Amino acid sequence: MTLQQPALAATAALARPARRRDKGRLFQEIGMLAPAVALLTIFLIVPFLLSFWTAMTNQPLVPRPTPVRFIGFTNFLRILKDDLFWISLWNVSRFTFWILPVQCGLAFATALLLHQKLPFRNFFRGLFFLPAITSMVVVCVIWGTLFQYPTGPLNQVIGFLSAGRIQPIDWLGDPNWAMFSIVLLSAWQAYGFQMIVYLAGLQGIPDELYDAARIDGANAFQRFWHVTMPGLRPTHVFVLVITTIQAFKLYTQVAVLTQGGPRSSTETVVHYMVRTGFEEQKLGLASAVSVILFLIVLVIALLQRQLLRRFDV
Amino acid sequence: MASVTIQQVRKQYGAVPVIHGVSMDIEDGEFVTLVGPSGCGKSTLLRMLAGLEDISGGEIRIGGRVVNDVAPKERDIAMVFQSYALYPHMTVAENMGFALKLKGEGKAAIEKRVREAADILALGPLLDRLPKQLSGGQRQRVAMGRAIVRHPQVFLFDEPLSNLDAKLRVTMRAEIKDLHQRLKTTTVYVTHDQIEAMTMADRIVVMRGGNVEQIGKPLELYDRPANTFVATFIGSPAMNLFEGSPADEGFVTRDGVFLPMPGDYQGAAAAIYGIRPEHLVIAESGVPATVVVVEPTGSETHVLVKLGPSDANLVLRDRIDLEPGQPVRVAPDLAKLHLFSAQGTRVN
Repeated sequence: MTLQQPALAATAALARPARRRDKGRLFQEIGMLAPAVALLTIFLIVPFLLSFWTAMTNQPLVPRPTPVRFIGFTNFLRILKDDLFWISLWNVSRFTFWILPVQCGLAFATALLLHQKLPFRNFFRGLFFLPAITSMVVVCVIWGTLFQYPTGPLNQVIGFLSAGRIQPIDWLGDPNWAMFSIVLLSAWQAYGFQMIVYLAGLQGIPDELYDAARIDGANAFQRFWHVTMPGLRPTHVFVLVITTIQAFKLYTQVAVLTQGGPRSSTETVVHYMVRTGFEEQKLGLASAVSVILFLIVLVIALLQRQLLRRFDV
Repeated sequence: MASVTIQQVRKQYGAVPVIHGVSMDIEDGEFVTLVGPSGCGKSTLLRMLAGLEDISGGEIRIGGRVVNDVAPKERDIAMVFQSYALYPHMTVAENMGFALKLKGEGKAAIEKRVREAADILALGPLLDRLPKQLSGGQRQRVAMGRAIVRHPQVFLFDEPLSNLDAKLRVTMRAEIKDLHQRLKTTTVYVTHDQIEAMTMADRIVVMRGGNVEQIGKPLELYDRPANTFVATFIGSPAMNLFEGSPADEGFVTRDGVFLPMPGDYQGAAAAIYGIRPEHLVIAESGVPATVVVVEPTGSETHVLVKLGPSDANLVLRDRIDLEPGQPVRVAPDLAKLHLFSAQGTRVN
């Protein structure tokens, strides 16, 4: 004990200025964080909380002489009783169900290809990423032209390839095809992001694991199955969840190309919300839709956390 | 077990040659280390042995069979990597049994072989763990377990101890050596650490710039280095080298310091005078010098002295009180002298 006491005293003497330093550092850190926190609060947190409040009122878009009233969960009940809301929810679910394999598959395949030691690899990486940095509106206009019925380029190619046996498809005007067409163009526009994520995932797998697998006797497919796929597990989960969340927020493509039609076959939750808020000018009701969408996305995000935790990320 | 023959093996990446016609014979059951500074081609040579790199020229034989174009899995070798390269999603047992599983061995046979290897390396209690739940030393042992489970003809080690701390490195060094003594499998071991090479190997291959500088038993390399590169690379602190020329029963360094040299070496065209630090002693009859730094390590004392303007290292086993600035006299043990030509080749 006697030996330890001077040592303890020395430690305490050392700790005192350290604590003072910590305090100075704390102020510095707060100072540096403050601008970001302020901006996030003003532009994200406050509107977010306001939307919860607005969802409980009869707030119109343009102020009217009648006072805004608190109406509890009336807005939510109205939405849940509206068939169009359920149709839009069903539509985004369909969209999600289709876009996941198409977009993620395309991204994964491209990433695998561009991970190989090919000539001009970086050029192709940039090229394949181009759609992702092109404005969705521009992409919609281009694809709108491709989709034209009956003489658009896509129909002409199909007609040519099938020697006229396949009739022109009304890509955006046929309720059976419209959502699938939106899936196609959305996947093409957005797969670049997932591709980059997959590429990063692939590059994170050490080469030595492939060497070890080769020595262990694994052929190319076995190396893919036993090294690449397990190495990409967290990447797969991340990509699937991000794509799902993006899919639930589908709006621009529908707003530019179909306005929810034909016969509500491409109506989505966000499009429904915008129409309620800006065309019908019922801000309270639209806020309630946004809150419901938030809850759906939140559930997905929580599932993501669970999945990621299971895969130990 | 098998012998390994490397004959005039060359490697080039595009137009850049990295291995310039290397040849060596490794006997059945021998432990050979390839040692050299970074970029000397030792890892590339090992990877060529493993079949992970193509051979640009020459021939590699394992057990008498030419394996130039044989796939790694058919070479009957096992390799331990610097980063261990354990499959992160597989347990220790699965990692060790993976090669056997790919070979199509039955579950019971795999389990038996894994158990045997685990017993040899004391990995039994860790078999159900994932690599991330193991310490560096344990991972290293699993990597070795994965290698021995296959009963390969040749073990290849690529700097397997580099990621371990100094203390663990010493322990693992002994473990690998012990393992080799028990299994007697031909082993090729790459390292940049000359102590590792000296302590573990039956024979050492010193490489530089894609060439073999010398092949020999550890003490042969230490006692009779073929050139100044090997002389300075093997041994720590490094051998003292002085440039100069023979003159009057001795050797005069370029800085004008006179060093004694036996008369029979006078005609040896020596241009570099080499003496290991432990073969320089403090003696009344020696050359005047000044102590610069004294470094006691406990078992011995390292002393840096100035011989005229040149530096010289001494390793003293006796505890002598020395102070920086103190004038001393140092004398070389003339029986342990190393003389090299101006090109650095040994001449005595």
